[in-house]
This record gives sequence, structure tokens and C-alpha cells, in this order.
Amino acid sequence: MREKIVYTLGILGTILLLWNFYNIFLVIPIDALQGDIFRIIFIHVPAAITADTFYAVAVIASIGFLVRKNFAWDSLAVSAVEVGTMFTLVNLATGSIWGRVEWGIWWAWDARMTSQLMLFLLYLGYLLMRPAIAEPQQRGTMSAVLAIFAAADIPIVTMAIRLHNVRTQHPGPVLETGGLAPVYWPPFLTGIVAFLLLGTAMILVRLHQETSRREIDSLRRELHAI
Amino acid sequence: MKSGLRKGLAAAFAIARKDLRTEWRTRESLNASLSFAVVILVLFSFAFDLDREEKLAISGGLLWLVYAFAGALIVNRSFARELPNDCLEVLIASVPAWAIFLGKAIACFLLLLIVEFASLPIFGLFYNISWIGSLLPLLLVIALATWGITVVGAALSAVTVNVRLRELMLPVLLYPLMIPLLIGAMELTTGLLNGNAVLSDVRLLIVFDVMFTSLALYLIEFILVI
Repeated sequence: MREKIVYTLGILGTILLLWNFYNIFLVIPIDALQGDIFRIIFIHVPAAITADTFYAVAVIASIGFLVRKNFAWDSLAVSAVEVGTMFTLVNLATGSIWGRVEWGIWWAWDARMTSQLMLFLLYLGYLLMRPAIAEPQQRGTMSAVLAIFAAADIPIVTMAIRLHNVRTQHPGPVLETGGLAPVYWPPFLTGIVAFLLLGTAMILVRLHQETSRREIDSLRRELHAI
Repeated sequence: MKSGLRKGLAAAFAIARKDLRTEWRTRESLNASLSFAVVILVLFSFAFDLDREEKLAISGGLLWLVYAFAGALIVNRSFARELPNDCLEVLIASVPAWAIFLGKAIACFLLLLIVEFASLPIFGLFYNISWIGSLLPLLLVIALATWGITVVGAALSAVTVNVRLRELMLPVLLYPLMIPLLIGAMELTTGLLNGNAVLSDVRLLIVFDVMFTSLALYLIEFILVI
């Protein structure tokens, strides 16, 4: 059953993604101001939305672990963080390429870029710390605390970047203001759905690995006890 | 309830006094942290060959980088100090977790303040920057940001106390978390030294302090009592 779900999600996500690539690169009309490079936003923004969704899942799972002490929550948290971090990397890389073409620079210290980079660094620390703690209960608790600290930090980063003399370069919030032309909505939404499906499939695979690893660990402990 | 709070506070102050006294007898982290701060100040003066204007423009950033490095050295020892002879277990058994944390944070705060006030004149001397004129607002910024550094630092010191490679892991986790605080402190300090500070930016430091003090006081129970 589990495998069927993973395969269904994975294949569905891949088909959607390929179909969307076809649309993005060959079908949709070119943007008058930016030229071809604008096509990257159909990967860039869905990757950011997917990453942030998975980070939110990780924080909820972390709180769940602290409250319930159930290792399923811990496994979900670390799986979501890993996949989320990968999508953050996609987001940062595509953004950087776009910036090189449009602004002439690879990086600008603007609010959204900085907060996304911070998320990346914070959760990289989370992933680095986990293997350094041997005891599972302790590993789960410390990771959960760290995930909550990281989430609490993000609104303050956004506030910090908006201090009086910090400049901003990132394009305005096109989506909230409705500035996205109707023809661009389908590939955009399809991109989000495709990434979410693929990401969920990856999380399920990682979840299964974590569960197996925990079982092996406890068997090993039992063996030592004998 | 009220007497519990009072007892906890008394215990916190007792722990802070104990930490300060032990530190004062050996002065291990104090000396190390202070010499480290001076070394960094010297290194930076070699790294950049600056005229007066440029020095003033980077003054806040420079000062707070030094303080952040010194702070990581101070908080690193905070909980690790209790590891020999299982002192941490004894403390946890006799005092509420939040009181232990508060005591440790207060001790770190005072120690870091000593390092900061000792290196501030050296900073002024090396870089030919006068800070006497804006001493009072500067004191406010230093107090707020230092509390932020030590509260996050002490919390992560507790998180990493049983982690392999603790000395390496702490800065990896600590610096990204401190970024918004440091941005605020650097902005304000540069502004104060140049005479164009926007003092309302202090809000950022207050938000950071309140957010992380309450989060740490709440989560420390999970961190210490597993």
C-alpha cells in the first residue's frame, strides 16, 4: 500500500513536471520586459512555496514530538526538513541565475533572499547536528527545539532587513497584487502541484527509511542487552 | 505558586553567582574570550586598509562581529562546565529547569559585558573612533543585544551539551540564529558612532530578546529534563 502511494505520487508529479516544462519552455508567450529568463520563475517560485510548506510541516511535527514524544513525529520532521532544504537550494540557485541575467549580479541582500538563505543555513545546521547525537530521545528533542528556534527567527529576520537604510531589489509581490497575466497562472499552479507531489513522495520514502533505521537500532540494542 | 517563582529566582541568582565565582577563580573563558576579541580587532585592521570615513562606516559591523565571536566562546562553557561529576544531573534534580537556564544566562551576560567593555576602548584606540559622545544610547544597544546573544547562546549551549564536536557545532547553529539581532545591533551602533542613528530600530532588539527569552525559558524544560 505504502509503495503504491509513493509510486503514484512520484509518477504523477513527474508527468506534471514534464508537461509543465513543455509549457514553460515551448508554449507560453515570452515576457515583453525580461525576455526568456522570466521562464525561470515557474520553477523558482513553486520551489520556494514547496520548501516553505515543508518547513512549516517540520515545525508542526517538531511541536508534535515535544508534546507526544512519539518518534513518528521526529521522523516526519527530519524528512520534511531534508526535502525542504533541497527545494530551498533549487529556489536559491534559480533566483541567483535570474538575478545574474536581470540585475547583473548573482546575489543581493534583500529581505526575501536573506530570509530564505537564513532558513537554508538554519536547517542545514539542524541536519548537521542530528547525526552528532547518539541517543534517539535526545536527538529528537534537540532537533525539535532547534526547528522551533529557527521558525521563530524568520519573522525577526524580515523585520531586520526592513530597517531604515537597508535597500531592496526583489521584484514586488506580483501574485498578491494580481499582476500575473491570466495565461501564466496554469503553468505556475501546475509547478506548485508537481513539486508538492514529488516532495511528498520523497518525504514518504525518507519516512520509511527513518522508521526502518529506528527498528534496526532498537534490534541492535536488544542484541547488546542479551 | 508565588513562592515557587521566588524560590526559582533565588536559585537562578545562586547559580549565576556560582558560575561567576568559578569563572573568576580560573578566568579561563574570560581571558580566552578577551584575547580572542583583541586578536580579531588586530586582524581586521590588517585585513582592511581604510580611511577615516570608511572606518566609521564599518565600525558597528566590526564591533558586533568581535562581540559575537567573543560571546560564542563565553556561552560554550556555560552548560559544559556542569558535565564533570554529573553536576548537571544534580542541578536538574534540585532546581526547576528554567531557573538553571536563567542563572546561566545571567552569568554569561555579565561575563560577556566585561569582555565587551574591556575591548571597547581597544576598538576606539585601534580604529581612532570616539564613542564617548554616544555612550548612553550605546550602552542601551549593548545591553539589549548582549542579552540576545547570551540568551540564544545559553539555550544552544544546553542543546549542544551532549553533542559530539560541541565546540564546532555551537557556532554553526548560533550564528545563523543571531543574524537578525546582529543586523539590528550593527545598524544602530554604526548609526550612533556616525551621529545618524534611528533609535526606534531598538524595537528589533527588544522583539528578539522577548521572543527568545520566553521561548528558551519555556523549551529549556524539554532540553534539560528528557
